[in-house]
Amino acid sequence: MLGYIVQRILAAIPVMGFVALFVFLLLRLTPGDPAAIIAGDAATPAQLAAIRERLGLTDPIHVQFINWITDLLRGDFGVSIISGTPVINMIGSRLEPTISLALTTITLSIIIAVPLGVIAAWKQGTIIDRLVMAISVVGFSVPIFVIGYVMIQIFAMQLGWFPVQGFRSITEGLGPFAQRIFLPTISLTLLYIALIARITRTSMLEILNEDYVRTAHAKGLTDTRVLMRHALRNCAVPIVTVIGIGFALIISGVVVTESVFNLPGIGRLTVDAVLARDYPVIQAVILLASLVYVVVNLLIDIAYVFLDPRIRYQ
Amino acid sequence: MRISSSSPGKSSLGLLRRSLLSMTALGVATIGLGALAQPVEAQTLRAVKHSDLRVLDPIITTAYMSRNHGYMVFDTLVALDANFEIQPQMADWEISDDGMTYRFTLREGLMFHDGEPVRPADVIASIRRWGERDGMGQVLMTYIDSMEGDGDDVVVINLSQPYGLVLDSLAKPSSNVPFIMPERLAETPSTEAIPEQIGSGPFRFVQDEFQPGVQAVYLKNEDYVPRDEPSSWAAGGKVVNVDRVEWVTMADDQTALSALMAGEIDYWEQPPADLLPILEGNPEMEVRNLNELGYQTIGRMNFLHPPFDNKLIRQAALAALNQQDVLDAMIGNPDLYNVCASMFICGTPLESDAGAEFGTESHLDRARELLEEAGYDGTPVVIMHPTDVVTLRTQPVVATQLLRDAGFEVDLQATDWQTLVGRRASQAPTDEGGWNMFFTNWVGADVFNPLVNNMVNGRGAEGGWFGWPDIPRAEELRTAYAEATDPEQQVAYARELQELAYDEVMYVPLGEYIVPSAWSTNLDGVLDGPAPFFWNITKAE
Repeated sequence: MLGYIVQRILAAIPVMGFVALFVFLLLRLTPGDPAAIIAGDAATPAQLAAIRERLGLTDPIHVQFINWITDLLRGDFGVSIISGTPVINMIGSRLEPTISLALTTITLSIIIAVPLGVIAAWKQGTIIDRLVMAISVVGFSVPIFVIGYVMIQIFAMQLGWFPVQGFRSITEGLGPFAQRIFLPTISLTLLYIALIARITRTSMLEILNEDYVRTAHAKGLTDTRVLMRHALRNCAVPIVTVIGIGFALIISGVVVTESVFNLPGIGRLTVDAVLARDYPVIQAVILLASLVYVVVNLLIDIAYVFLDPRIRYQ
Repeated sequence: MRISSSSPGKSSLGLLRRSLLSMTALGVATIGLGALAQPVEAQTLRAVKHSDLRVLDPIITTAYMSRNHGYMVFDTLVALDANFEIQPQMADWEISDDGMTYRFTLREGLMFHDGEPVRPADVIASIRRWGERDGMGQVLMTYIDSMEGDGDDVVVINLSQPYGLVLDSLAKPSSNVPFIMPERLAETPSTEAIPEQIGSGPFRFVQDEFQPGVQAVYLKNEDYVPRDEPSSWAAGGKVVNVDRVEWVTMADDQTALSALMAGEIDYWEQPPADLLPILEGNPEMEVRNLNELGYQTIGRMNFLHPPFDNKLIRQAALAALNQQDVLDAMIGNPDLYNVCASMFICGTPLESDAGAEFGTESHLDRARELLEEAGYDGTPVVIMHPTDVVTLRTQPVVATQLLRDAGFEVDLQATDWQTLVGRRASQAPTDEGGWNMFFTNWVGADVFNPLVNNMVNGRGAEGGWFGWPDIPRAEELRTAYAEATDPEQQVAYARELQELAYDEVMYVPLGEYIVPSAWSTNLDGVLDGPAPFFWNITKAE
């Protein structure tokens, strides 16, 4: 197992390298000019040229790439072309809102969606099943910004229970933190409930048809015991996979949710950096997202071993 | 399936119940915890600006957010008041009888945020750096023979020849504003951002709390000594009545609206026109236009390549376009826009309709005649269409239709604004990445005289603004305007320049509009100005 983990970590290095090269080249081939953004609307071409030169944007692309990779290997992500702020600081300040949203959303989704999926499978074809599937369709279909606006209108504007927008670090107190993360969490959770509940239901339906489930019932075990100990554990692999990918998706940035609730997360940082052609920030954020996917996939693979003893990695 | 036909047992119900309880508990706990939320500080003013602050150096960029930041942190030698009169700010001045020497005496108590006094050397270095970047500053520098300090508080500017706009240049209210910074910062190359935000202005910038794209924070500068006169535009006493100002970035207008109405923010610089009725209908909100000069929306052609390298074809385009259609599509509400033929903004001393026979309304027959006379061969007009900026995405569409109606072939190319600003710097033909026409908007103060108005710059491909008209007579008139000391002479030169600019179609003014600001009635003393100012404002407890 340890050997497998080491092997996977080593395999991640060329993946990250490829991502770095791809992102770098893609950005340089994309139209746009950070110098024009810095200089503003009234800048003359001569002023733009001077700024471009100072930023090193006139260097050959391979020189720019080597400089960036060299700095990266030293742990230096560079500074924002536009604001001059160190990229590592910009990303660091955006991580807490994003990770908080990811953890609360995934936790709440699991708490709600897995039982719903299990019950829907157990009660397949009944009104309960149809109700769960209807909730799932709604969760998939209604855009997150609509849910967000409706919740802001009801819970923030009319009832005044929550603030409209913003984020407070958990270090400033659990109350302000929870107040501000609650509505975005609920908005995003509906989508994940739909996704996880559906996957859980589908997996459970397959498992419930297995011989060993029939055997368990024949032995006289209660429905709950059969569901929880025999069926649910055996359908955990696809559920964990979806949860893992869902977590990685949120960490990579959920722009709409972040915009509607004004959460200063990774998603907004990415969009702003792309619009401003802030190359160092875009490159770092995409590398971070790639790293998250690599790590999450590794963790999922490791989790398989514990969830299904039949799985063994050489 | 056996299990699905079973009736639910107690344990199964328990499973569901536990899930529901978990949800409820989380909700109740969170709501309950809300009561523990920290109260909002009474003297913190939270504002949502039109964009986020990214570039902190107000000299290296013309971005309006950087200019606004500059007004918070830095101060100016002289300043323009609401009557367009130049007033002392950091310094009073005397002019020699021959008009060749200006003596600026710094007032007492001027101090930078690092505790150092403001010295003549700081002023001189700041003017030099600004003079490298700003168009009006560049012109001023060509007339300056020397700048020197006289003692600890006097700056002497000696001219090489008479120049009527020394004070106008130093009181320039919009980008780039000649802010005064410490000499050590002003010596930073003008293509490189200053490394610190140390000014002598009424607010201190809190570097540690600055998050690009999230917030910029300013604290009251307790050491600032305001002038005694009442505030008026950028002039007068800059009395700060709040302890802290936060500029909060909000990407979503609906969220900003809700936050303002819920009291989470106090001030919204530029609510979109379609949300204004909601704010105007709320008795706890005040909605007012703070910038009397407003904005000018314009179309700009590329003089280097066909078809707009032909003056007759440019005139045909001018005749085809009209302001009313553009403004209706772009703004909609007639209370918020103004059809105006003046290139130098209506309501200013230089307002004129000179040369604007075809400036505001469509004359399609005339346009077709001109195209025929020019022998237009159907060369497509490549119009760049930025679809991501609300205030810039309608003009190209309206213009395209009007030009097609007149007989132009138009290739409307959708893009994003940042790609556009990169592409417009290209002087290549359209089939090699160039362009023929784009549209943009200007703050009135950035176009209200021949020197600040980039579009009437006639220096061509070497020193002109994007589009690069090479019209030496325009430069002669700008110089004559600059050297004129009699206001009537200045008006006459501006008028002649506008006639020339319309004849050559240096650009197409497509009308003026205003963007009101909105704020909570908890605020009092919000000032009019060419930029949003945060002094003079009081916030009720």
